[in-house]
Amino acid sequence: MSARTFWSFLGVLAVVGLLAFGLISKGGNSVDIGQPFPGRSLDSLDGSGSQSIADYRGQWVLVNLWASWCTPCRQEAPALEEFNRAHAKDNFTVLGVDSKDLTDNANRFVAEFGVTYPQLHDGPGMLADDLGTRGFPESFLVDPSGNLRLIRRGAVTADYLQTTVLPFLSGKAHQ
Amino acid sequence: MRRAALLALAALVLATPAAAAAATPKTTLPDVEDEVMCPTCGTLLQLAESPQANDERDFIRREIMAGKTKQQIEDDLVAQFGERVLATPPASGFDLTAYLVPALGLVAAAVGIALGVRRWRRASDAAGTDDTPLDEGETERLDTDLARYDL
Repeated sequence: MSARTFWSFLGVLAVVGLLAFGLISKGGNSVDIGQPFPGRSLDSLDGSGSQSIADYRGQWVLVNLWASWCTPCRQEAPALEEFNRAHAKDNFTVLGVDSKDLTDNANRFVAEFGVTYPQLHDGPGMLADDLGTRGFPESFLVDPSGNLRLIRRGAVTADYLQTTVLPFLSGKAHQ
Repeated sequence: MRRAALLALAALVLATPAAAAAATPKTTLPDVEDEVMCPTCGTLLQLAESPQANDERDFIRREIMAGKTKQQIEDDLVAQFGERVLATPPASGFDLTAYLVPALGLVAAAVGIALGVRRWRRASDAAGTDDTPLDEGETERLDTDLARYDL
């Protein structure tokens, strides 16, 4: 192999490697049922500190990704709040993650719907990327061991929460 | 005299903020819109039409009204949405390649052109260094041809 061929080959290899690395590092991720939920630490929406799902170990958590500009998020907010209030005693909480949103708008949303469950802010949408989110809202039920048990792409309804989420909390869900 | 001095002082005090405001150009929405992204759309904010893009534009308008500079507005957007809200990637980490690759490409192209020109000049020099004298027939033909162009 001549020196020129070698350097040409090396140049092409470098460009292809660079493109492949870019695609892999920017490519979409996702988490499957049964896998550990991503442990990304996020700031609280009220600016009181930061939290991750690991802080809720030992508890059932319905992670709800939402944004104030998202119309279906407005539709599901009352059902989520009601379900959270009804089942807080069952070792359960909804954990809101406001994504790709302005904090002022998000705080107005929280006040408007009287949301009482904890809220995190993910402005860049890093957790949404980890989860392979396709749109908002999306909800993810995480068990007390930190593993993913349910994925809901789209808004939840009171009926969905009662018939699909509640059986997990009461241990009646088909595993 | 004292009255005149007071008037001059008052004029100076009133004129200074006005002059400063005139000297600092006010940021405009289009000025910021073409340098930031709409995070949900994945396009420049300038081209984006979505509820999130409209919220982002409202945020920028409020910042402009508050008298913030373009840099301050971009910093506030980064605080809200992270570095990926900027249309130009930061010059660090993997994103540095966005700056290095075009620069290296330009250098490689310049080196390639320089080598090509050098090779071409060498070839043409080699072709032009034939010092063999013309024989008698060729000289005669050349003279005839040149005579044809005499005016």
